[in-house]
Amino acid sequence: MTTMTKTDTPTTGTTVLDASGVTMRFGGLTAVRGVDLTVNAGEIVGLIGPNGAGKTTFFNCLTGLYVPTEGKVSYKGTVLPPKPHLVTQAGIARTFQNIRLFANMTVLENVLVGRHTRTKEGLWSALLRLPGYKKAENASRERCMELLEFIGLADKADHLARNLPYGDQRKLEIARALASDPGLLLLDEPTAGMNPQETRVTEELIFAIRDQGIAVLVIEHDMRFIFNLCDRVAVLVQGEKLVEGTAPVVQGDERVVAAYLGTPFEGAPGAEEAAEVEAAEASAASTGKADATATADKAQAPATTDDTDTTRTEEEDTR
Amino acid sequence: MTTTTPAAPSALLPLPTTAARAATTTGAALALIGTFLAWTYTDTFPGDLTVTGYPGGLQVLTLISAALTLLFALSGYGIKGLRWLTPGGTNSPTRLLALGTLVTTLYTVIAVIVTKDDNGNLLGLIELEPGAWTSLAGAIVATVASLGLPNDQPLDDTTTPNALNRFLGSLRAPAPARAKALPSWAEILIIAGAFGVALEVFTYGIDTEYAELFIGYVIAVAFGFTALTRAGLIARITALTSKHRNVTLCAALVAAFCFPFTQQNEEYALIGANILIFATVALGLNVVVGLAGLLDLGYVAFLGVGAYAAALVSGSPLSPVGVQFPFWAAVLTGAAASLVFGVVIGAPTLRLRGDYLAIVTLGFGEIFRLTVNALNGVSGPDLTNGSQGIPSIPDLKLLGFDFGISHDIGGFTLGRSANYYLLMLVFTAVVVLVFRRSGESRIGRAWVAIREDETAATAMGINAFRLKLLAFALGATLAGLAGTVQAHVSYTVTPEQYQFAGSVPPNSAFLLAAVILGGMGTLSGPLVGAALLYLIPAKLQFMQDYQLFLFGIALILLMRFRPEGLVADRRKQLEFHETGQLDVPPDTPLTDTAAGTTKAGA
Repeated sequence: MTTMTKTDTPTTGTTVLDASGVTMRFGGLTAVRGVDLTVNAGEIVGLIGPNGAGKTTFFNCLTGLYVPTEGKVSYKGTVLPPKPHLVTQAGIARTFQNIRLFANMTVLENVLVGRHTRTKEGLWSALLRLPGYKKAENASRERCMELLEFIGLADKADHLARNLPYGDQRKLEIARALASDPGLLLLDEPTAGMNPQETRVTEELIFAIRDQGIAVLVIEHDMRFIFNLCDRVAVLVQGEKLVEGTAPVVQGDERVVAAYLGTPFEGAPGAEEAAEVEAAEASAASTGKADATATADKAQAPATTDDTDTTRTEEEDTR
Repeated sequence: MTTTTPAAPSALLPLPTTAARAATTTGAALALIGTFLAWTYTDTFPGDLTVTGYPGGLQVLTLISAALTLLFALSGYGIKGLRWLTPGGTNSPTRLLALGTLVTTLYTVIAVIVTKDDNGNLLGLIELEPGAWTSLAGAIVATVASLGLPNDQPLDDTTTPNALNRFLGSLRAPAPARAKALPSWAEILIIAGAFGVALEVFTYGIDTEYAELFIGYVIAVAFGFTALTRAGLIARITALTSKHRNVTLCAALVAAFCFPFTQQNEEYALIGANILIFATVALGLNVVVGLAGLLDLGYVAFLGVGAYAAALVSGSPLSPVGVQFPFWAAVLTGAAASLVFGVVIGAPTLRLRGDYLAIVTLGFGEIFRLTVNALNGVSGPDLTNGSQGIPSIPDLKLLGFDFGISHDIGGFTLGRSANYYLLMLVFTAVVVLVFRRSGESRIGRAWVAIREDETAATAMGINAFRLKLLAFALGATLAGLAGTVQAHVSYTVTPEQYQFAGSVPPNSAFLLAAVILGGMGTLSGPLVGAALLYLIPAKLQFMQDYQLFLFGIALILLMRFRPEGLVADRRKQLEFHETGQLDVPPDTPLTDTAAGTTKAGA
């Protein structure tokens, strides 16, 4: 792969993305409040938080779709201009939460559009077929087929994007983003709507992308996916960054759990309820004992069983 | 599939297949013979239908339809040399052609009956001679019998089997299987032949001298074209043309070049020249609307800018700017003026999207017309003579070739309009080249991406505003180019030629209609659309008053039944008809047609 040349540099430590004090206000509503986040080369960073926490707004601030009210975003040391196409040119590529492919273009054409910033041929070059035109066009095609090969869609290059199955559309969006040879890839819920197998495949894909020297920042609700994948995870709640750290740190943080499940009230009505349930179940059947203790445990919120639970509530929310 | 119920060959009328086929053949032959007899004795009916042994006027249309019916009916027998005619359906094209023969003949007969004789009396049925009865009877027999031929395709299970659906179902046919690869010289020869036939059909339409003949022509062509589509021949040709695209372009160019040599009549050559101008501007608009997805309702203003710029520097005695540029300089002036105008209008308006852009461009189109009207020396500086326009634009002289007079070239006389037609053809070729090359390039892809999803396009690093401005400016320049020739062809430029909607075609509404009707984003679509939209009103002078009304009805019908336009982009076709993946070569219909032909032959 041509991008392999980039693997020379990722001394884990060089900062690729540095967002400091990013604040986004819409009128009186502050969607993102003073968020700092750094992504280092060769790193996969996760961004989680309940729905409406401002994750996608933060993404949009990073990619120039929104101009942050305060704060600045810099990529490899230079401050990014707040224009999406300039951000992409600088080396940040993204995917969208709700797939935004060019539905009536072929798979290959979609990826070719991704090459836009890395090619220079203008209108005159195309109209007059200047010498470099054919060569550049062929080079782009070759590179795009390479990417489709990498992503596993090479055999569907001539299909229309709208006719691809859902999982393939997600993959194609990643391929299109990769076509701009980014140094940082922003993925907005790459596994939303996928089944466990597809999620695993996506996981492998993101690791492969990381191995090419591309840093990845990923928003996701699937906790198992995030904690498997990410070197660091940041939690965004109501527009503010709550915690940032490795998977175990975040999982063990009570505030994160509270953000997802809510805080127990004073006097612990949860425990009372649990006791009631326990009593009821004990009278109903002696075998129900084990379950009842589990429910009681849940009130204390152990991290491991909670993963699945949180995802479920999230899914219900999104519905 | 279909062979599971051999007992009931699903036909509309319960006739034995063999008898039906024989009757169809006989009927078609009868109709064919009838055209050689006299149809009427009055010579008041235009076109000479009174001569025996020499078909003329509307008889020729019946003759051709009947001959085609006969050919396809014979092909249904599986005769060896004729089998290439029907790679798709066999019986459905026969039915359509028989129906076409009947409608054409019936129309002629009715037109003859309602004709008044020299004394102004309506004579009615007695005006008909035996020839007309023969052809009519033949056509009726052929049509009825052809309804007894089995369907090419079983009826959908989803449709309710009422009479109308069963009739429509009987006209359907399966898509043809992929053709055997011929040697490339043979394929190129077929393309050339197809374009020859197309040119012949087109010139026949332009040369129709009276409305009855043109209506008959439209009926015959509509049925004939549908029949050829059902037979799968159109699909075969399309496959060939998309395989040899450069050859196709050359063939089209040669056919277009040959057109003025077939025209002796100045009036018809002028129609040709105007169609070319209209088509070229429509193709320019297709860059803006079809590729970049910017709905521009004031596009005709750019044509006007080009035309006015050329007229001002043409050396017209009434031009307020008293200079005469050589033609190449006038062309550059026109194109440059349109380009500047395009950028000036585009820069503020292209920040808007969708409906807002349409409204603003509509406004700017009118602003152009009103401004030109006002620059008359009274309400503004004298630059355009106001509503009088710039008249008596002199004819061009290029390299000693005077476009204003007739020339004899190789035994053919080329009149003034034919000269301009050939000049315009050069411009059209340039615009076609520009459209094709820009559409296929990185820039063209970026335009389509913006059309599809502007936010995603900018996130892919596309500077949407700059590219939209580029599309707008390019479109304006192409229209300006056409305008420079138009000024000379029409002698005069006036503000009233450049309205949003009017009865004479090059106006914004008709341009947009040509693009949408023809097929957005395609190369040939706007050309076909423009030709139809210009030719039909020009030929049917009597419906001038109802033109916009009929035009509206036609657009509604088209959008209802074929939203992707006459010439469908592969993308568009998939967009509007979700019948699964068309990209994959159809392998399954092969067995289907095989079953169909054996059944038909039985």
